[in-house]
Amino acid sequence: MAHASEAREPLLHLSKRPPIHPVKAWLIRLAALALGLLVCGLAAFLLIDKLKSNPERIGAFYYTFIKGSFSTSRKLWKFLKNLSILLCIALALTPSFRMRFWNTGAEGQTLVGVLGCIAVDFYLGGKIPEWLLLILMLIAALASSAVWALIPALFKARWNTNETLFTLMMNYVATFLVSYFLVIWVSNGSSSLPKLKTGKLPTVGNDYLLIILIVLLLAIGLYIYLNYSKHGYEISVVGESVRTAQYVGINVKKVIIRTMGLNGLLCGLAGYLIGAGLDQSVTINSVGGQGFTAIMVAWLAGFNPLVMIITAGLIQLLNQGAAQISQDFNVSGAFPDVIVGIILFFIIGCEFFINYQIHFRGKAAQERGIAK
Amino acid sequence: MNVWLNFLIDSLAFGATFIYGSTGEILTEKAGHLNLGIPGIMCMGGAGGCLMLNLIGKSGLPAFLIVLLGILSALLMSMLMGLLYSFLCVTLRANQNVTGLALTTFGVGLMKVIMSRMDATIYLVGPKMLYRWPFAGRQDSLQCLGVMFFMAILIALLSSYVLFRTKVGLHLRAVGENPATADAVGINVTRYKYLATCIGSGIAGLGGFYYIIDYMASQEAYLSLEAFGWLSIALVIFALWRPHLTIIGSTVFGFLFSASSFITNISWIHVTMAMKPILKMLPYVVTVIVLVISSIRNKRENQPPQSLGLPYFREER
Repeated sequence: MAHASEAREPLLHLSKRPPIHPVKAWLIRLAALALGLLVCGLAAFLLIDKLKSNPERIGAFYYTFIKGSFSTSRKLWKFLKNLSILLCIALALTPSFRMRFWNTGAEGQTLVGVLGCIAVDFYLGGKIPEWLLLILMLIAALASSAVWALIPALFKARWNTNETLFTLMMNYVATFLVSYFLVIWVSNGSSSLPKLKTGKLPTVGNDYLLIILIVLLLAIGLYIYLNYSKHGYEISVVGESVRTAQYVGINVKKVIIRTMGLNGLLCGLAGYLIGAGLDQSVTINSVGGQGFTAIMVAWLAGFNPLVMIITAGLIQLLNQGAAQISQDFNVSGAFPDVIVGIILFFIIGCEFFINYQIHFRGKAAQERGIAK
Repeated sequence: MNVWLNFLIDSLAFGATFIYGSTGEILTEKAGHLNLGIPGIMCMGGAGGCLMLNLIGKSGLPAFLIVLLGILSALLMSMLMGLLYSFLCVTLRANQNVTGLALTTFGVGLMKVIMSRMDATIYLVGPKMLYRWPFAGRQDSLQCLGVMFFMAILIALLSSYVLFRTKVGLHLRAVGENPATADAVGINVTRYKYLATCIGSGIAGLGGFYYIIDYMASQEAYLSLEAFGWLSIALVIFALWRPHLTIIGSTVFGFLFSASSFITNISWIHVTMAMKPILKMLPYVVTVIVLVISSIRNKRENQPPQSLGLPYFREER
């Protein structure tokens, strides 16, 4: 082959950056967010007819983002409630992600939790005291989610079965399991279960406050568990390197199973909060894709439970704001997904500039000259 | 007996959606990228093709040109999505799962917004018969096999040939198994990853277009497309990362998925309502079983590519 005999200096050269100052990292992320919002505005011009005809309403477009979550106290509470549920699922995923067990099955794991808790409510509601019912519902939710999470974990630990694909498939098995039970439970063939009259969590202050407090406590608890306990340390070591973990005498299989068990229990809690706290019913959309959104929430926060409060808030703000936009500007209800997608691309992309450094051809030669 | 033959042909036609989707995903996975954006890419492929048909649907262009332009437009739109994925995951080394999920959120949402603004009488009613060539207008069940069905079979066979019988395929598999080694022997890892992902996305996008314009040929088809994107990812495992096996696998999946509605036509099988969800669950359960068995047997050629899901940075050891 006839290529140049001397190595040509490439135009760009990449290298890993030493950890940069957190403030600088957050500035980069904010810049990415701003750029993303700008592109969202452009997309809105293309997709929203009302905006195309009156471009001066672009201000109203951005204002609606804030209005969607904060203009009335009802919207604010709704925002906090949705944030809490999303956060709870993201927290559930955190231990397994720290272990680099790529669990894409939170959707299904949470859904069977809702199913388990509603099953108890459906069969026992009204026949036993309410407090006992609520406890049994919690146990059922935790147990069914834990089982759902442990199945892939056992196969991962024993035969190293690919966990991403396994957990992904379990989502759909869970969905059809729910529709199976709905066919059995609802005799009129409509497959939609009317809201049950029993099995509702007690209200503290208002309908949502208890849920918000539980999830907030969970975030703090999980932060302590992961950063200051022996279990948390073992999870990090297994995540960094399975071989190191084996070398220092950590039972890797045990850690995988224990961590996924915890993951399942927390998904079960999320399912309980949805089933007993909010809906008193179950549909195949009870979790509504939040299991997937939670993966992004957890990743954006760098698997730090406290930062997740911010990232879950951001995603929820975008979702609710864009939903308000599709209402006010009369566009398809799928518009929020477009907005969230665009913003995510920018935030995902900007991590590169936090972790890597780019050297240009001329500059690199200069640096080498100095080194000589 | 005729019922069964119709059923088989319908399963084949339905399965072509998955042949496209999973052949595309296999090419991407062979380059080491678990692309969870496939549902979004398939949706955008469908939207891209329909956008073009919306422009030319009533223009009176020659039939073959309408068919071709629709396909090219679907290809272009989904390859753009693939390019976005490759830019984020290959160049910017982002987390593949997160990027893929974001791509799906974006693609499915954008497709729904686009499709809800278009007029089905233009993009669908006229063009759909053109895509059924050469069997359009027949009275028997063969009428649901059109140009794009045969294209799916060809693409799957061709992909298998390229992957397992040519040097390019060997290089691509090397990139997916161990990019550092591939890099060391002089294979341009970045180029292979980009090309495999973009071509794979293009193929997958055709699946979305096929489903909307040909197999379902209905105005509401786009609403159910996302689920079949996920099923295509399942099929990759079922076919053990071999494109030609997706032809068989997709027929089985198509069979199981539409079995619930077909079986009610057969008198000696009694189906209760409750069995329908169970039948629809079967493709996923079978996929899990295949995944588990292949991991237990641990034969190297049946495993996912070794570096699946991991970003590659040359200077990292």
